[in-house]
Amino acid sequence: MNIHEFQAKELFSTYGVPVAAGAYARTVDEIENALKQLPEGAVVVKAQIHAGGRGKGTFKDGFKGGVHVCKNKTEASEVANKMLGNTLVTHQTGPDGKVVKTLYFTEPCDIEKEYYLAITLDRATSCPVIIASTEGGVDIETVAEETPEKITKVFIDPTHGIQAYQVREISFGLGFTEKSMHKQMHDLMTGLYKMYWEKDASLVEINPLVTTDDNRIIALDAKVSFDENALHRHPDILALRDLDEEDPKEVEAGKHGLSYIALDGNIACLVNGAGLAMATMDIIKHFGGNPANFLDVGGGASEAAVTEAFKIILSDKNVEGILVNIFGGIMSCKVIALGIIAAARNVDITVPLVVRLEGNEVEEGKALLKESGLALISADSLSDAARKVVDEVAKSQS
Amino acid sequence: MSVLVGQETRVVGQGITGTFGSLHAKKNIEYGTQYVAAVTPGKGGQTFDGKLPILNTVAEAVEQEGANTSVIFVPPPFAADSILESIYAGIKLIVCITEGIPVRDMAIVKDALRKTPGTRLIGPNCPGIMTPGVCNIGIMPGYIAQPGKVGIVSRSGTLTYEAVYQVTQRGHGQSTCIGIGGDPINGTNHTDALKLFNEDPDTEAIIMIGEIGGTAEEEAAAYAKEHVKKPIAAFIAGTTAPPGRRMGHAGAIVSGGSGTASAKIEALQDAGIAVSPTPSEIADTLFSIYKPS
Repeated sequence: MNIHEFQAKELFSTYGVPVAAGAYARTVDEIENALKQLPEGAVVVKAQIHAGGRGKGTFKDGFKGGVHVCKNKTEASEVANKMLGNTLVTHQTGPDGKVVKTLYFTEPCDIEKEYYLAITLDRATSCPVIIASTEGGVDIETVAEETPEKITKVFIDPTHGIQAYQVREISFGLGFTEKSMHKQMHDLMTGLYKMYWEKDASLVEINPLVTTDDNRIIALDAKVSFDENALHRHPDILALRDLDEEDPKEVEAGKHGLSYIALDGNIACLVNGAGLAMATMDIIKHFGGNPANFLDVGGGASEAAVTEAFKIILSDKNVEGILVNIFGGIMSCKVIALGIIAAARNVDITVPLVVRLEGNEVEEGKALLKESGLALISADSLSDAARKVVDEVAKSQS
Repeated sequence: MSVLVGQETRVVGQGITGTFGSLHAKKNIEYGTQYVAAVTPGKGGQTFDGKLPILNTVAEAVEQEGANTSVIFVPPPFAADSILESIYAGIKLIVCITEGIPVRDMAIVKDALRKTPGTRLIGPNCPGIMTPGVCNIGIMPGYIAQPGKVGIVSRSGTLTYEAVYQVTQRGHGQSTCIGIGGDPINGTNHTDALKLFNEDPDTEAIIMIGEIGGTAEEEAAAYAKEHVKKPIAAFIAGTTAPPGRRMGHAGAIVSGGSGTASAKIEALQDAGIAVSPTPSEIADTLFSIYKPS
């Protein structure tokens, strides 16, 4: 689960990670009040959406930039009025863009140098890893590829937590020499790691972390995401979730215990099991089609789950065909076939529906599908099913 | 004739008095798996399914019933605690079926496993492990498999069943099927499984099923290139998955350009492993390079 920059910075503050003074506004009326909380002088206005690339983005009405440095509060107020409620398109939002519903105002600082700092899980060692680089404000993957020597990585023992010598390694790695800088890094790093661990974060990223003319270290940006499996123990974090930032179909699917991800193709799939669901998308592509979604209805594929799944799939207007792929393991294919039939009757399906069943009592299941009188196409294998659904969609297009 | 589980396996079921755990534990027992106890704290003294003693702790199951293997169906907020209990009670093989354990909890578990080298964890978020005809621990449907010489390892549940069933339908069988699970931190990885199958005299060929996320498949490919002479067929799911999205499994995510299907397929092919183009042809791919004796 992702949160906004202003939320991440409030969290940083509670853990003693230094950020510039800031305030946010969700309505036009709140803009003046938010600006009052900042000292006189220049103000940075930042659109709050989850996607990256805000600074270089363009609003749908042509207004350029989701981040503006304004000379004074009057100018900030004008810019804010243009941004709030407007739709911002960046390289990460897709062509539809995201409506800016919150603005964040901060005090600008005189940047001396930009750095990169992050904490995440290293899968190879199963330990948290701190990644620091002297190259900030740029894409870290590019730095890792082109100048890996500019990156310092420190692995943390999950049982013992971060140690003072490890903070020193990072501080020296970033090239700090002054004692006062090491002290600031110590407080920042221990606070940041404590937050990462206590709040079950999956990623904490500061890009850039900056030093100022007066030798302060400040988190200029903040990106934090959390382990969804741990949200049950963090109601405070769960409260920060912004459903407007998520695909409504994915939110609806989550309510029914389904795992759904929207894609841009036209062949929907409905599968039991995550690995098989991915493989089903792949085989559609293999035979020349384009998957419209990832959808895992769970191991059992109950009638209720399949019904909800059909509804969600069909709410995607691009869908021109459906492939149902179920491996009946413990559960009989008869039960699954009855579920599909009932679900198909509950939901008005107007596009070709190809069903592939395999596993326990598969012949009986197929017979039930045949007897149902539903206009569905039965397939013998996964390849057969993928070919059939791709052909049907091609036929309906011609 | 198998790896990790066989005749000598004595299972204690943690959390098998719940609906889901109970359904599958009973099926495992019907299959012939030797369950010796159930552990549900507070229910000690009762019996499971009319015959199995229910105990309060795993330590009691080890001392009183000689349990050497545990299977965990405990809900996600408490599952890591159950794994740790098994580790420190001296259980040698722990099979954790539970999906949705917080990563932080698993980081602690992994650290405990590093400190107890005699203990192996399979999973979490996995279908379990089965030596056909002898022992089935977890939620895999027993009828899809039959005794044979193909070792199968996979990160996904239903995709494992596909591969197992394809082998069975072509008249062959499996030595052991291991579901290692779809989480970013797991106990046993692809390399561990390859090593076990490579050293098992009764495994002649191997099927390895991976998916996007992490670099476990690349590491296994490097190991296979160096050490494994047995024929290996592989399949990698997630060629069409969009980067940055978690595809159902917590561990199935392409992040920062790493963990892509194409990188894994390339590494496998470079190691001389036959990669199946579709999930429908996994067994055919294996039998194109391996003629069973």
